[in-house]
Amino acid sequence: MTRFCSAITGLLLVSLAGCGPGGLSLQNVSYDPTREFYSELNDEFARSWSERTGSKVTINNSHAGSSAQARSVIEGQQADVVTLALAYDVDAIARAGLLASDWQDRLPHRSCPYTSTIVFLVCKGNPKGIKDWDDLVKPGMSIITPHPKTSGGARWNYLAAWGYALKRDLGDLAKLHDPKCAEDVEKARQKAREFVTDLFRRVPVLDSGARGSTMSFVRRGRDDALLAWENEAFLTIKEQGEDKFEIVVPSVSILAEPPVAVIDEVVDKRGTRELAQAYLEYLYSPVGQTLAAKHFYRPRIEKGVPPEYLRRFPKVSLFTIDEVFGGWAKAQAEHFDDGGVFDQMFRTIKGQR
Amino acid sequence: MLIALKRHSVLPGFGLTMGFTLAYLSLVVLIPLAALFLRAAGVDWDRLWAALSDPQVVAAFRLSFRTALIAAALNAVFGLVVAWVLVRYTFPGKRLIDAAVDLPFALPTAVSGITLTALFDQNGWFGRWLQPLGITVVGAPLGITVALVFIGLPFVVRTLQPALEDLDPEVEEAAASLGANRLQTFLRVILPMVLPALLAGFAMAFARGLGEYGSVVFISGNMPMETEIVPKLIVDKLSQHDVVGACAMGVVMLAASFVLLFVINLLQWWSRRHV
Amino acid sequence: MSSASGAAVSVAPAWQGRVRSATTEPAAVRWALIGVSLLFLGVFLVVPLVAVFYQALAKGLGEYLRALVDPHARAAIGLTLITAAIVVPLNTVFGIAAAWAIAKFEFRGKQLLITLIDLPFSVSPVVAGLIFILVFGRNGWLGPWLDARGLNVVFAVPGIVLATLFVTFPFVARELIPLMQAQGTEEEEAARVLGASGWQTLWRVTLPNIKWGLLYGIILCNGRAMGEFGAVSVVSGRIRGLTNTMPLHVEVLYYENVAAAFAVASLLALLALVTLAAKSVLEWNVRRQVARAGNNLAQGESP
Repeated sequence: MTRFCSAITGLLLVSLAGCGPGGLSLQNVSYDPTREFYSELNDEFARSWSERTGSKVTINNSHAGSSAQARSVIEGQQADVVTLALAYDVDAIARAGLLASDWQDRLPHRSCPYTSTIVFLVCKGNPKGIKDWDDLVKPGMSIITPHPKTSGGARWNYLAAWGYALKRDLGDLAKLHDPKCAEDVEKARQKAREFVTDLFRRVPVLDSGARGSTMSFVRRGRDDALLAWENEAFLTIKEQGEDKFEIVVPSVSILAEPPVAVIDEVVDKRGTRELAQAYLEYLYSPVGQTLAAKHFYRPRIEKGVPPEYLRRFPKVSLFTIDEVFGGWAKAQAEHFDDGGVFDQMFRTIKGQR
Repeated sequence: MLIALKRHSVLPGFGLTMGFTLAYLSLVVLIPLAALFLRAAGVDWDRLWAALSDPQVVAAFRLSFRTALIAAALNAVFGLVVAWVLVRYTFPGKRLIDAAVDLPFALPTAVSGITLTALFDQNGWFGRWLQPLGITVVGAPLGITVALVFIGLPFVVRTLQPALEDLDPEVEEAAASLGANRLQTFLRVILPMVLPALLAGFAMAFARGLGEYGSVVFISGNMPMETEIVPKLIVDKLSQHDVVGACAMGVVMLAASFVLLFVINLLQWWSRRHV
Repeated sequence: MSSASGAAVSVAPAWQGRVRSATTEPAAVRWALIGVSLLFLGVFLVVPLVAVFYQALAKGLGEYLRALVDPHARAAIGLTLITAAIVVPLNTVFGIAAAWAIAKFEFRGKQLLITLIDLPFSVSPVVAGLIFILVFGRNGWLGPWLDARGLNVVFAVPGIVLATLFVTFPFVARELIPLMQAQGTEEEEAARVLGASGWQTLWRVTLPNIKWGLLYGIILCNGRAMGEFGAVSVVSGRIRGLTNTMPLHVEVLYYENVAAAFAVASLLALLALVTLAAKSVLEWNVRRQVARAGNNLAQGESP
C-alpha cells in the first residue's frame, strides 16, 4: 500500500516537474492550419540541430484558434515559442508580462517569416460564378468562416471583407487618411459595416479555428464558398483533389502576417532560449522558407526557394492592416472586443436569416 | 432497519474514514467549486449582471435549456416504452438490448459527438434521407436535441426499470377485475405509481443535457444567438479572456446543477417511499 | 418480495411467469411497443456504434492500424492509461472510506454528505475544467505559488489528472453506499466480537461482501476516466504527444484525418463495449448480493 502510494506520488511529481524522457524538448504553440507545415519543419529542424550539436531534440506542437492559444499561454501553458496568426495575439501575451513588448523587432521582417492572404475556396466549376467579394452577398449564398473571437484567420477574413468594401466605395484607400474626405470615409464605413453584416448573415456555422471551418466546408458540401487562408485553400485542394475545389482570388485582399516569437519567461525557466531562438531563425533559412512555400505560405526570402513553388502563388492586390485600420490594436478594439462591431452585428442578424 | 445509536461505537474507523472522506471531498470537489463562487462573488454585481444579461449569453441559456428539456421529454416518452418492453416482455435479443441501453453512458462523449455528426451529415447514413426532406440536423438546434436524446436515454430507462419491476401485479389485477381495460389501468394505476421514478429520470437526463459538451460541440453550428450552447460559450469566453463572463455563466450552471440534484434526490426519496 | 424459505433469492419480479390475460396487453400492442423500442434503440444506439467502426475502416485496415501506432496516438493512449491508473485507485479508496463512514455509522448530516458526494455527477464537465483553471491557472489562487516553484498543473498532466479525478469522483462511492447500507453492520460487528481488528474486519468481512459492487463501480469509474472529454479539453494545452488524451486526440484528428479520428475512437468504443459487458455480468451479481443482504436482515430480525 505504501509502495503504491509512493509510486503514485513519484509519478505525480515527475509530471509536475515536466521532465520528459531525456533529451531537449521545445513546445511550439501555433494556430490552427499550420499542422502539416510544422510537422515537416519540426522533423527537418530536429535533424539539422542534431547534425549541428549532436543532441536530440523533440518539438511538440499544439494547434487551435490563435486567440484561444494566446489565452492558454497567458493562463499557464508552457510555450517556448508561439507561432500565431496575428501580432495582436502575441501582444496580448506580452502585455501579460511573458515576453518583452518589443518582441516584434527581434526577428527579421517584423517577426513574420512568411505571409499569406485571404482567398475564396469554391466547388470545382464555380457553379455560382463567384468572382469577387460582392458575389458573396448575393441572395441565397452560404459562406463559411471561423469565429472571429477565437480564430485569427477569421479576423483576417473579416478585415479583408471590410477593407474591400472601403476600397469599393472610396476607390482609393489613401482617402482614409485624408481629412478632406472625412464625410466620404464615414459613408464608406457605414456601407462596409452593412457589407460585412450581410456576409455574416450568410454564415451557417462558426468553427473556432480555421481548420474546423475548412472541414465544415468540405463535409457539409452544400456551401458556396469558404473564406480561407490562402495556404489552407491550397492544402484543401491538394488533399481533397483538384477535381473537387478551386480557388477564386478576389480583386483585393489583405496582407496577412502571422508572427513568431520566443516566450522569454518560459525559455528562461526551462533553459531553452538558445534552442528556441535557433528554431525560429530556422524559419528564415532557405530550408525553412522552402518548406513554407511548399506548404503554400508566401516566403519572405525568395532566394533559394524552388521557382515552381513560387509560381503557384497568384498575384493579388493587397492592403495592410496598418493602411486601412491603423494597426491591430485599433482593429481589435473597434471590431472584436466585447461590445465591438462584431458583437453588435450579431444582434442585428439574429432572426433575420 | 434498526441500528441503535450505540452500535457505532463497536465498529472502529469512524474517525479515520470520516476524516479522509471530508478531506478528500474538500480538496477535490468543494474547494475548487468554491473558487468559482468566490471569483464570481469578487466581481461587483453590475458587471456580473451585465455579463449575464448579454443577449448572446441569454440566447445560449435559452437554447441549452430548450434543447435539454425537449430531449429529456423525448427520452421520458421513449424511455418509458423501452423500460416497459424490457421489464414486461420477452423477445429474442432482449438481454443484449438491455445491456446496450447503457451505451451512451459508457461511450466517451467525443466519440458520440463525431459519430452523430457523421451520421446526420449531408452524406451520412441518416443525413442523406433527411436532407431531401429539408430537415437539417448538423448545425441546427435539431442536431443538439438529437445528441442530447442520445446521451440522456440511459437515465430514464435505468431509473424506470426498478420502479416497474417493483410494481405489484395484484393492483393491476384488481383494476382489471373492476372492469378497467389495459390502457385505463396503465394511465390511472401504473403511471401514477412510476411517476416519481419517471420524473427523476427526466430530471437526470435534463441535468446531463444542460451541461453536455463533447457530444454536442461537433454537431452544433456554434452561431452566436442561435446555435451556441452554454458550455461552448463558456469555453469560448475563457479563450477570449472573458473570465468574468465564463465564471458568471459557470455559477449559473452550478446553481442549476445544485437545484436539479436536490430535485432528483427528492424524487428518488418519494419514489422509494411509494413502493 | 423475498422468498420466505431463505434459500437463494430469485431476482425476477413477482409477476413474471404468471400468465394473466387481464394484465397483459394484446399481442398486437406488445409487438408494436417492442417495434417502437427496437427502432428507437436501433437509430440511437446500434447505428452509431456500427458507424464508428465503419468510418474507422473507411480507408482500409492498413490505414486503421497506422493511425493507432502513430506516435501521437500512442502517447495519447499512454496518457489516458496513466490518468486512469491514478484516478481510479484514488477514487476507489475514497469510495470505500466514504461508504464505510456512511453505511456503518449513524450521524447527522448524512444525507447532505451523500448529496455533496453526488455533486460532480451533475456538474457540467466544462465547469469542472473551469474551476481548476481558477485554482491552478497562472492567474488563479495557487498560480503565483506554483509559478515560483516552476510547477505546472493546468495545461500539463497534473491538471488533466485533477479534472478527471473530479468528474469521476462519485462513481465508486455511489455504488458502494447503497450496497453497504443494505448489508448493514451485523457481520462486521460479529467479527469485532470475535476479536478482529478494524483492518481485518474490512479486509475479510466487508470487502468480500461488496466485491461485485466495488468492481462495478471501478468499471464505471474507469470508463468515464478514460473517456472524459469536456473537462480535460478545458485544462489541456493540446500539446501533441504530451497533453492529449485519447478523446482529445480524436478531436485533433477529426480536423486532419477523419478516418484516423474514428480509428482512435473505435478503441474507445471497444472500451465502452467491454465496460458494458462487464457491467452486465457484475450487475446481476450485485443484485444477488443486495437481495441476499435484504434476506439475511429480514431473517435476522425475526424474533
